[in-house]
Amino acid sequence: MTSKQASPDLSPHLPSELPPELVVYDEVLPGGAHWSIQLKRGYSLRLTDLDGGANVGALFYNQDEKSERYNMPDTLKAQYIAYLTAGYVCYSDMGRILVSLTRDTCGWHDTISGTTNAALIAEKYGARHYEDYHNDYFRNGRDSFLIQLGRYGLQKKDLVPNVNFFSKVTVDETGGMRFVENFSPAGAFVDLRAEMNVLCVLNSCPHPLHPGGQYPIKPVRMTVWRSGYGGGPDDPCRLSRPENDRGFRNTIAYFAQQAFVG
Amino acid sequence: MQSTLTESKLSPDAAIFRHTVRAGDPFIHEIKAGQTVRILDLKGNQAVDTLFYSAVDPAERYSSVDTIRGQRNIYLTTGTRLISNEGNAMLEIVADTCGRHDTLGGACASESNMVRYALEKKFMHSCRDSFLLAIADCDHRIAAKIGGFTKRDITSNINFFMNVPVTPEGRLTFEDGISQAGKYVELEALMDVVILISNCPQLNNPCNAYNPTPVEVLIWE
Repeated sequence: MTSKQASPDLSPHLPSELPPELVVYDEVLPGGAHWSIQLKRGYSLRLTDLDGGANVGALFYNQDEKSERYNMPDTLKAQYIAYLTAGYVCYSDMGRILVSLTRDTCGWHDTISGTTNAALIAEKYGARHYEDYHNDYFRNGRDSFLIQLGRYGLQKKDLVPNVNFFSKVTVDETGGMRFVENFSPAGAFVDLRAEMNVLCVLNSCPHPLHPGGQYPIKPVRMTVWRSGYGGGPDDPCRLSRPENDRGFRNTIAYFAQQAFVG
Repeated sequence: MQSTLTESKLSPDAAIFRHTVRAGDPFIHEIKAGQTVRILDLKGNQAVDTLFYSAVDPAERYSSVDTIRGQRNIYLTTGTRLISNEGNAMLEIVADTCGRHDTLGGACASESNMVRYALEKKFMHSCRDSFLLAIADCDHRIAAKIGGFTKRDITSNINFFMNVPVTPEGRLTFEDGISQAGKYVELEALMDVVILISNCPQLNNPCNAYNPTPVEVLIWE
């Protein structure tokens, strides 16, 4: 199957404001909340950090075979990176590309820190039980992932190392991890283009290395728009590394086997 | 974490269990709380892909990201506590004559070999194949602990003896192994665990110096 099958990559020609006729879904995820989106191949999810300093914990699964999922080590070692930004892609454990980062005004998305749990949230911000605080109780990343995963029959074993969009964690020469505070500016956005039919599991809970104090309530806009899928001959994500060329070939071959009509 | 070399006082003669894992083979075994397990690099530069599960509740298992975040450092060495997905310490590294072990690089698979090296590498042996065979065809005593495991249970592993530095700019690099013949890492179990090893068969990169070799597993009471 040749790469000519892929539809053109529209994103480089688009202004930051998406033409309304391309938008099919637009909603704000409140701070400290969770959601999931079934993103079809050929559509992109734009995450926008509305107030600055947001964190979006994210996991990706093949909607059609959910045992295939985002694989942090394979994503990192295929591209010789420890973070994500435009031009890179998220690999599944099956050598295929789930989503490509086609645009990114933030510059760094953390891949190595995992997520919060109830104990970590209580330690950093104080425990806020639902009974006492109702809608102002503090959610954590792990429980949020499990709640969303449960909607699709997925379990604890499916909660694998996640992406933390809008958060930056650097590693020094001795291996020390450092969280960069208030990294993402208000209005920063990242476009995730689905190269497969992708279940996106999201939460806006704080980053696990956030220093604590006040629980950051950071809303994130989720916009799904018709972008076309990638892998064309001029796709910067395909050209960014020879590994990604092979990753796209694997992905295109998979849909050819399924007689996918894009 | 500075790599500090710590030798063990345990004598191989006093070990209650010794087993050589040939290159390209899996190994699966239960380790009781309080026991110490050593992985010995017999010939040098051998990557040992390793996962741990609670022997009581196998839904609890080693978590790479919880481990490195817990110690605020991406490298594993003496003093590192291996943290589970439930936030509990499973084992602690108590001796290490290599000095640095990776937990970001994951395991090789047919599929990732296709992406990383060439599409026609798909028929080569890989750690994932060893892991899948080990969980599909394990001894009944182990099956009683982790029966029903599938690919979804193969999570992000440790690569003992592998050196995968990250630069301050966020680049991931694969450096030549820093292990040599006779180097070892030793862990004390803090709970009853099942250890699952793939003695890495990778031939496409220098993680095994292009020549996978055997390792020995020793256990002490």
